[in-house]
Amino acid sequence: MHEAVIQGWQARVREAAAAKTPLAIRGGGTKAFYGEAEQGEPFDTRAYAGIVDYEPTELVVTARAGTLLADVERTLREAGQMLAFEPPHFAPGGTLGGTIATGLSGPRRPYAGAVRDHVLGVKVVDGRGELLTFGGRVMKNVAGFDVARLMTGALGTLGIVAEASLKCVPQPRAQATRVFELSADEGIRRANEWGGKPLPLSATCQCDGRLYVRLSGAAPAVEAAAAKFGGAEVPDGEALWTAVRDHAHPFFAAARDGAPLWRLSVRSTAPHTDLGAEQLIEWGGALRWLVAPRAEASKLRAWAAAHGGHATLFAARDRSPGVFHPLPPALAGLHARLKAEFDPHGILNPGRMAAGGA
Amino acid sequence: MLPATVHAQLAALLPREALLTATEDTRPYECDGLTLFRETPAAVVLPDTEQQVVAILKLCHAARVPVVARGAGTGLSGGAMPHRDGVVLSLAKFRRIVAIDPLARTAVVQPGVRNLAISEAAAAHGLYYAPDPSSQIACTIGGNVAENAGGVHCLKYGLTVHNVRRVRAVTIDGEIVEFGGDALDAPGYDLLALITGSEGLLAVITEITVKLTPTPQLAQVALAAFPTVESAGAAVGAVIAEGIIPGGLEMMDQAATRAVEQFVHADYPLDAAAILLVEADGTPEEVAAEMAEVRRVLAASGATEIRVSRDEAQRLLFWSGRKAAFPAAGRISPDYYCIDGTIPRKALPRVLRQIEAWSAEYGLRVANVFHAGDGNLHPLILFDANRPGEADKTIAFGDRILELCIEVGGTVTGEHGVGVEKLRGTCAQFGTAEIERFLGVKKAFDPHGLLNPGKAVPTLARCAEFGRMHVHRGELAHPELPRF
Repeated sequence: MHEAVIQGWQARVREAAAAKTPLAIRGGGTKAFYGEAEQGEPFDTRAYAGIVDYEPTELVVTARAGTLLADVERTLREAGQMLAFEPPHFAPGGTLGGTIATGLSGPRRPYAGAVRDHVLGVKVVDGRGELLTFGGRVMKNVAGFDVARLMTGALGTLGIVAEASLKCVPQPRAQATRVFELSADEGIRRANEWGGKPLPLSATCQCDGRLYVRLSGAAPAVEAAAAKFGGAEVPDGEALWTAVRDHAHPFFAAARDGAPLWRLSVRSTAPHTDLGAEQLIEWGGALRWLVAPRAEASKLRAWAAAHGGHATLFAARDRSPGVFHPLPPALAGLHARLKAEFDPHGILNPGRMAAGGA
Repeated sequence: MLPATVHAQLAALLPREALLTATEDTRPYECDGLTLFRETPAAVVLPDTEQQVVAILKLCHAARVPVVARGAGTGLSGGAMPHRDGVVLSLAKFRRIVAIDPLARTAVVQPGVRNLAISEAAAAHGLYYAPDPSSQIACTIGGNVAENAGGVHCLKYGLTVHNVRRVRAVTIDGEIVEFGGDALDAPGYDLLALITGSEGLLAVITEITVKLTPTPQLAQVALAAFPTVESAGAAVGAVIAEGIIPGGLEMMDQAATRAVEQFVHADYPLDAAAILLVEADGTPEEVAAEMAEVRRVLAASGATEIRVSRDEAQRLLFWSGRKAAFPAAGRISPDYYCIDGTIPRKALPRVLRQIEAWSAEYGLRVANVFHAGDGNLHPLILFDANRPGEADKTIAFGDRILELCIEVGGTVTGEHGVGVEKLRGTCAQFGTAEIERFLGVKKAFDPHGLLNPGKAVPTLARCAEFGRMHVHRGELAHPELPRF
């Protein structure tokens, strides 16, 4: 049955390639707002679902793209494990395929790694309708180019993710969240200083003159670090981190109502600069969110670039300034040639990344 | 031989001592750490600026001369083996640590900086560079990125790909490109991941930003003896099932412990069929809690003896044997051949039993060291290259081990790379369509195939040749290809 689904995918891609009909690849549609607008006939991946293999002692889970992210996480949780990159859900119904394709990671990212850091292998159907396997189900594998990671975050423009193998990690035995009254400047400095100490830090969030810090690990280590840090205890810390992760935190209220939300990914030590709006700062200073008009695009992009990073128009009704930070010409050329290699007919989510024709 | 015009252009570009063409000068570059494969290059160039690298690549590109980038030459798969008609581009003079930013926990380094030198420079800030291949005193960071090098701490701290933020490189047509950045991600495709482990086929690296990790306050290692390899393997699974990710988790079999003990005197239990080294690191509280659990799990898994390091000196002593495994193999045998496959851990007993059986069949001794935590196997086949036929027998034995790795769901190379050594294994591991895409990726960066040609990705014709010789589980690999 599963084989028939994939054969159906391959046939459909081949037809689309022959007719040059674009396909808009979709899982649960929970992250359809991210990236340039979808174009083409909807291509729903959800029929190809289910966990293929999971052995907790191997620290690897393999699941089909249509598997609900929530189902993967529940399965892992029951075995005392988790996905270390804490993927955002934003809404119920998101799939593993969408998690890989968008490559978005949550609050734990600076301390535990991103989606791409945990992708061990993928199966994809490329733009020629071929089912390809890259990477595998083992922790260390340097055979061939790392196309599995190349596919991660490529927004389906290089191939339709059919299956993925991910590294899992044990859940921390204990967690605690502390809060400190600190200005944004001070908060950024502290988060960076603490990040340089061998302490069990697993998330930070600076917002409204407060720095929230999460500690995760062995119970005695978390207790000792909490005592060392000081600050006040946040009783329901996990609710805070889930809200930050999924943009359910009050900071994101205007964005949820359609105001343009910017994601500035920069050097963690970049100063706090007044960019015309309140910021929520995650990832030890390396990720800064703000709501700002589209007209601010060039100012925000210049600021992010000056601080070693890039600015994304993460969510907006009108994405006209371009969602992603423009690439220098040499990189844009490489993107166009890679796109042409994996999708020579330009039918897989065309324009979704809008980078070098991808 | 280098075309005369290219030689003249290189001579005009570089100081005299930075261009080597006499055989006695180029011979030291004829191989890397895998000495089974050798070739003398037409020339060796040793630029010391990025502008020189750009110029070298531009003129080699224009004249269609192959270029093989080279770091310290410690690689174990022949990835830096020269091309007969090509230029070896040594990055040995790119030795500068450009900047260390203790607050941002990053270091900007040139590719010729030694792996360990980064940690030494960062130590004053309580930081270090986590990936620690066993050659770390000699190997350079540029080569580490090219090979996606691992080490004994990968399970917890990741491979090179997890610890590099930004790579600046020059493409074959002389364009300077940057992959990644100072932020935790970059727009567009993850070309940083693509360049990492690309074995010099896509671009020549001129600068790297690495992530630095806080040095753990404390590390302690438990040494446990097991009566059988199976029980040691099961203990590894049991540690992980307990929710513990040790800083290091290594296994050595009896042949390996006996080989190293004569040289390092680590007081390993020599009657044990296998030993495990399990390291806990972190805050003193974390280490105490983890070590208590590790002891309990190891005992419950049938360990006949468990020793926990009392202090740093003893911890280093316990590790010394593991770190000396390769040199020790070189001292008990005229030659040794290190295999590098990764398998799902559960397949360990089956694979080790099979290696033992083949060892008897071929009449070649094997010592097994194993990054048990992440399933990366390093059987060391001991042989004597001066005995007629023994090198060939060794290679055949190695190939069978790698095929078995694929069969149990693993890979032909965990951390040493494909180079020239694993081309056959790569044909066996991937299908035609995947290899075509690899060749397409190569072409997207290097349309004329000038950077490190003949390495890492086999041509389909090469696979067909191998396929003709090699029938895998009754199936011919790449059946759709025309046969010779």
